[in-house]
Amino acid sequence: MLLNIYSLLSACFFVLMDAVDVAFTEAAVGVGVSTILLLSTLTITGSFEKNKRIKPILTFVIVIISGFLLIYGTLQMPPFGSSDAPIHQHVATYYIEESYTETGIPNIVTSVLANYRGYDTLGELFVIFAAGIGVITLLDVNTNIKNLSMFKNDLSKSLIQNHILRVISKMLIPFILLFALYVQFHGDFGPGGGFQGGVIFASAFILYTMLFGLKASQKLISQSWLEFFSALGVLLYTCIGMIPLFTGKSFLNYKVLAQDPLQGQHLGVLIVELGVGITVFSIILLIFIAFTKQVSIIGEGK
Amino acid sequence: MSSQLPILQVIIPLISAPLCLIISRPKLVWLFTLIASTISFIISIILIHQVMQSGTIIYSLGDWEAPIGIEYRIDYLNAYLLLIVTGISSIILLSAHTSITAELSHNKYVLFYVLFLLCLSGMLGIIATGDAFNVFVFLEIASLSSYSLIALGKDRRALTAALRYLLVGTLGATFILIGIGLMYMMTGTLNMHDLSERLPNLSESRTLIIAFSFFTVGVCLKLALFPLHWWLPNAYAYAPSVVSAFLAATATKVAIYILLRFIFTVFGIEFSFSILPLQKILLALGLVGILTASTIAIYQNNVKQLFAYSSISQIAYIILALGMNNSTGLVAALLHLFNHALMKGALFLALSAVMYRVGSTQLTDFSGLGKSMPWTMAAIVIGGLSLIGIPLTVGFISKWYMLIASLENNLWPVTVLILLGSILTGIYVWRIVETAYFTTNKTGLNHIKEAPFSLLLPTWLLILANLYFGINPRFTITITKLTAQSLGAMP
Amino acid sequence: MNILESFNYWVVMILMMSGLYILIAHGNLVKKIIGLTIFQTSVYIFYISMANISGATAPIIYKNIEGDNILYSNPLPHVLILTAIVVGISTMALALALVIRIKQSYGTIEEDEIHAKEQQQ
Repeated sequence: MLLNIYSLLSACFFVLMDAVDVAFTEAAVGVGVSTILLLSTLTITGSFEKNKRIKPILTFVIVIISGFLLIYGTLQMPPFGSSDAPIHQHVATYYIEESYTETGIPNIVTSVLANYRGYDTLGELFVIFAAGIGVITLLDVNTNIKNLSMFKNDLSKSLIQNHILRVISKMLIPFILLFALYVQFHGDFGPGGGFQGGVIFASAFILYTMLFGLKASQKLISQSWLEFFSALGVLLYTCIGMIPLFTGKSFLNYKVLAQDPLQGQHLGVLIVELGVGITVFSIILLIFIAFTKQVSIIGEGK
Repeated sequence: MSSQLPILQVIIPLISAPLCLIISRPKLVWLFTLIASTISFIISIILIHQVMQSGTIIYSLGDWEAPIGIEYRIDYLNAYLLLIVTGISSIILLSAHTSITAELSHNKYVLFYVLFLLCLSGMLGIIATGDAFNVFVFLEIASLSSYSLIALGKDRRALTAALRYLLVGTLGATFILIGIGLMYMMTGTLNMHDLSERLPNLSESRTLIIAFSFFTVGVCLKLALFPLHWWLPNAYAYAPSVVSAFLAATATKVAIYILLRFIFTVFGIEFSFSILPLQKILLALGLVGILTASTIAIYQNNVKQLFAYSSISQIAYIILALGMNNSTGLVAALLHLFNHALMKGALFLALSAVMYRVGSTQLTDFSGLGKSMPWTMAAIVIGGLSLIGIPLTVGFISKWYMLIASLENNLWPVTVLILLGSILTGIYVWRIVETAYFTTNKTGLNHIKEAPFSLLLPTWLLILANLYFGINPRFTITITKLTAQSLGAMP
Repeated sequence: MNILESFNYWVVMILMMSGLYILIAHGNLVKKIIGLTIFQTSVYIFYISMANISGATAPIIYKNIEGDNILYSNPLPHVLILTAIVVGISTMALALALVIRIKQSYGTIEEDEIHAKEQQQ
């Protein structure tokens, strides 16, 4: 797929633009997760478009008009890369100058994400939670696993037969898990954090499922447990946020979590990131399993 | 605890969603959802009281002051909208248990309530927040859950309707994101209050005009303003009845709220109406929307679809009232927000009762229902009268203010067209009444009984509210006038 | 007026417009979703571009260096885009799930064929 090369390219672009955290996420999401989802959808739907476009002229007009509007707008934008643009003056300066002394977290992106704008991140977590619930509502995943006992889709069959691939991947899995944990807990200092950690952790399970089939991986961690975990992560985040309410402070004020405000914030960010990691991990896996089951149903139909 | 109310308002339904997933007993989950929504409703009543007594409430999340962190800023407009959304959702949830038992398969009950709560809290989050980017995040919570809710409909057309809504909705949200990005680029802040102080200095900038237009187009996609409405009818028609009732009564109101907030508070009236030709655009779109959508509604054979088109035309009324650009027009628009939520909530709930007994909402299946389901049909009639704007119903109050507003601006043609719109509304309401009362059912389906009490109660609660606020509109008019003042509408 | 000054924005616009074009013009639902994704990604690039300062470094403070003289790029858009990426992938997952269901109940994912089948009902 060209799309994932595109994602990889844009991830590289983000690194060039000094946005390491964003690059990391785009790499994990665009290259990993979305490719898997797209491929499994295409397996089901067939990958050829039957007829060409339907209304090119009208579309072209709309596209050109909005393009011109944007160009019209750019002409008065502050030039790219200059440091005195208004965007770098107001709030950003505050974050860069004060965040380390106020929160004790070197990675400014993490401190803004989990602390100053922690509420946005809570919202983001609920977005992915909503999507996960939506997907399992749509694709009826409660299809009894026994019906799928014969299931070995083409992908896993060929992988099982290939011994080299199997052994190497098996060896890789612990390292992926370890790396995921590192990313998860190192988000304070380097690029990374709960979201990326969760995705990588899930990818280890995805690899396992690809190798040994859905049944084996469901034995390891079942559908209902995943649903439980996805709710647990969200609850963890929200409950941590609610603790300060009882001491008269605002929602998501981590300072009350420990005697020393700095330590309290460290603890808060750590737990919050853990909540993000748990939910992201279980939702990604839930979505993956839902898609794989659909693929396998199609496979049986043939 | 009373200082924590703004956040509890949103957090209580939000935290109930994952809790519901863990509880996973359908009946218990229903009760739990109902309680969560009712608590929010009570909080919103207290909040509006607080705002009336002590003015705007500011709540900094995480105790980080405004432009650095995210803040909730509750003024008249938010409090009013919060009241509408939570009130409607609580009443609709009363009927949810009975209604979804008939329309959904057993294993989806719990997931339905989880999605419903997420959708509700997403909307509340949009309304309460004072931060531009936070609007986007909560918009996505509300949208993603509503796409799934729509797709739960039994008819397979629900799926395509949901996907169409998803594509359009995401496009709209991305447009909004571009708009917010441009605003942020020009000012360096995301806080709405802060933006409103910094934007006037930039009113000459073309980038700002582009930001405004992208933002507005994005919101208009979401609120189904006339030429951008094509996703709405099928989405409302094929969603489960409870979902249609909830979304029709609240979702578009929230989109209009975003529009109001950005036109009046963030960009300021001066920029929106003086520098840009917004007034003419809104007037034109409103008028075309009212007439076209009402005319299409007349030709619909599915009553749900008919009311969906009627929603589009009623939204156009609100936009028209905004386009008047005087304080009476603004009051009319705000009144109609509330009144339309009451009418459409009641009508779609009555339809859910029809769906429950008859199993379809095709117009032909309505024949003879006037006798077999008298209470339900009476509700539809009163709701319909309110939609037309007959005196003693809420519809009259807002139409009346719209007429006054148009006369104040000496826009005679607009006055005539508003009345024409009411006549068109009368025609499509009459079609339903005619079928229900004056045709007899040929197939002789005599076993159709009146809807169960659990469906009739919420429907009639809303209908009585329609009548009450129609006869005694003091409360709504006071609130909307105060709101209009706080938005700084020109006298 | 130096065109190179806003070169990044021009690229963003080209991406944005091609995404929009694919979204509207193509009849295949999967392609529509891909178009939407490209459109969204172009917005990410737009945000990240405006965060950039020439000669600045990633916004991570190192303890042993005094932070006074180092130029950091603007961290806030990075945070926003992290959120937006998550929103994007969530939307995509949901959209693809819908496409799968549509394929199952209609047997096709071409927009006009679906439309024809809907008309028959």
